[in-house]
Amino acid sequence: MTDRALVVVRAGALTTVQDRGRPGHAHLGVPRSGALDGHAAALVNRLVGNPPEAAVLETTVNGCAVRPRSTVTIAVGGAPCPVTVDGRPAAWGAPVRVPAGALLDIGTVSSGVRSYVGVSGGIAVDPVLGSRSTDLLSGLGPAPLADGTVLPLGTPQHVHARVDVAPQPAPPAELVLRVTLGPRDDWFTPEAVRTFTSRPYRVSPASNRIGLRTEGPALERSLPGELPSEGMVLGAVQVPPDGRPVVFLADHPTTGGYPVIAVVHPQDLPAAAQALPGTPVRFITRRTPQRP
Amino acid sequence: MRALPVGDSALLVEVSSGDEAQALHAELLRRRAEGLLTVREIVPAARTVLLDGLDDPVRLASELTASEVPAAPRREQAVVDIPVRYDGPDLADVAAHWGVGEREVARIHASTEFSVAFCGFAPGFGYLTGLPPLYDVPRRATPRTAVPAGSVALAGPYTGVYPRSSPGGWQLIGRTDTVLWDHARVPAALLSPGTRVRFVPVGPA
Repeated sequence: MTDRALVVVRAGALTTVQDRGRPGHAHLGVPRSGALDGHAAALVNRLVGNPPEAAVLETTVNGCAVRPRSTVTIAVGGAPCPVTVDGRPAAWGAPVRVPAGALLDIGTVSSGVRSYVGVSGGIAVDPVLGSRSTDLLSGLGPAPLADGTVLPLGTPQHVHARVDVAPQPAPPAELVLRVTLGPRDDWFTPEAVRTFTSRPYRVSPASNRIGLRTEGPALERSLPGELPSEGMVLGAVQVPPDGRPVVFLADHPTTGGYPVIAVVHPQDLPAAAQALPGTPVRFITRRTPQRP
Repeated sequence: MRALPVGDSALLVEVSSGDEAQALHAELLRRRAEGLLTVREIVPAARTVLLDGLDDPVRLASELTASEVPAAPRREQAVVDIPVRYDGPDLADVAAHWGVGEREVARIHASTEFSVAFCGFAPGFGYLTGLPPLYDVPRRATPRTAVPAGSVALAGPYTGVYPRSSPGGWQLIGRTDTVLWDHARVPAALLSPGTRVRFVPVGPA
């Protein structure tokens, strides 16, 4: 019997197991979690012949290194980075065969933030509430990788990859986020709403899987205080007391008391996951929300 | 009732009280169970219910605002008993806020029937209502960096039980050994919106 597992040799700054998350449990206080750049995670799964729900590795800036105990096919996508197998350069964005015992090294990104590593068979840690994702807000799912962690792998489906190589969007030089105003834009002055949708912001280094924090002009409130806690969606732009917008990403809390000035279009969130600190951010309005 | 669009596929329905929010939540669950509503998440909160993963939030908004929400049916489900040692570090402060003795805090709290208004903050953390408004207490001025798992705590109109050790600013009045959250258990959460709860004093109070 083959020992299908990956041994973590270098965990990197923050490498987690991610799949499509655990939506449907927000009423219990359970964040959705899941890969921040869902497009990239789906793509690397396709490249290695996995179903889209298979769990992959999500790295942060400086990659990771793993040694498979059996021969596997891997693919790296998301943020571009060098890939080597036993020190020899290998392809990024394409299926790569890694022999049993060889060292697969995912290097530091040349742009973007998060690289994704798909492995034939998928990462097969035990699911929690139907997902293998690490949720950094609530601690559900497997712990972030540490040196020496052994990750079990699932059985490959022997499905031929439908693609050998795939174009992937370059990480953004400027992050343009399309927003729909509301539900709490009326908690801000009209001037603040104009500022929000016209002035430049920058990605703050305090950003993480919970939220993309920004630096830029503070948004002034027309109503003081906190809202009674209310449900939060993915992409909600919450404005804490310092006035700087925070875009909620996959590990966001399910409820919150700071007003949400707008919601980012879901298609723009993968780019948000790849925006390095310092990247310029613009929020542009898509349409006026309809108020029944 | 106001229904505010949240992005393209969600709706935040705002009502005027916690009771109305609970009634609306019960009504939305009923509609979903009967196949009248297709939605990924129904998230009740203090004065709102969020519906996320809707095909046509604008249409649902006009439907909802045109309809009356029936009062929440009395649930037939059993009451969950949570044994508590009323010996929390903030018991004296809460007693001072309430203007009663510490033993009286325990007596009043344990003789109240609570229900879970909503969950949030952490998996399995319920915001329980039931105490009359005169027993509202503020959060602590300085939150604790670590509140032990099982702490029974008060803030505003709510009682909550910390499912795991975490930072927190609520007033700690006691502690329970009851496991609020166990993802290997089905259901993982002991408390979900609508669950009725009673706290049962144990040990020296």
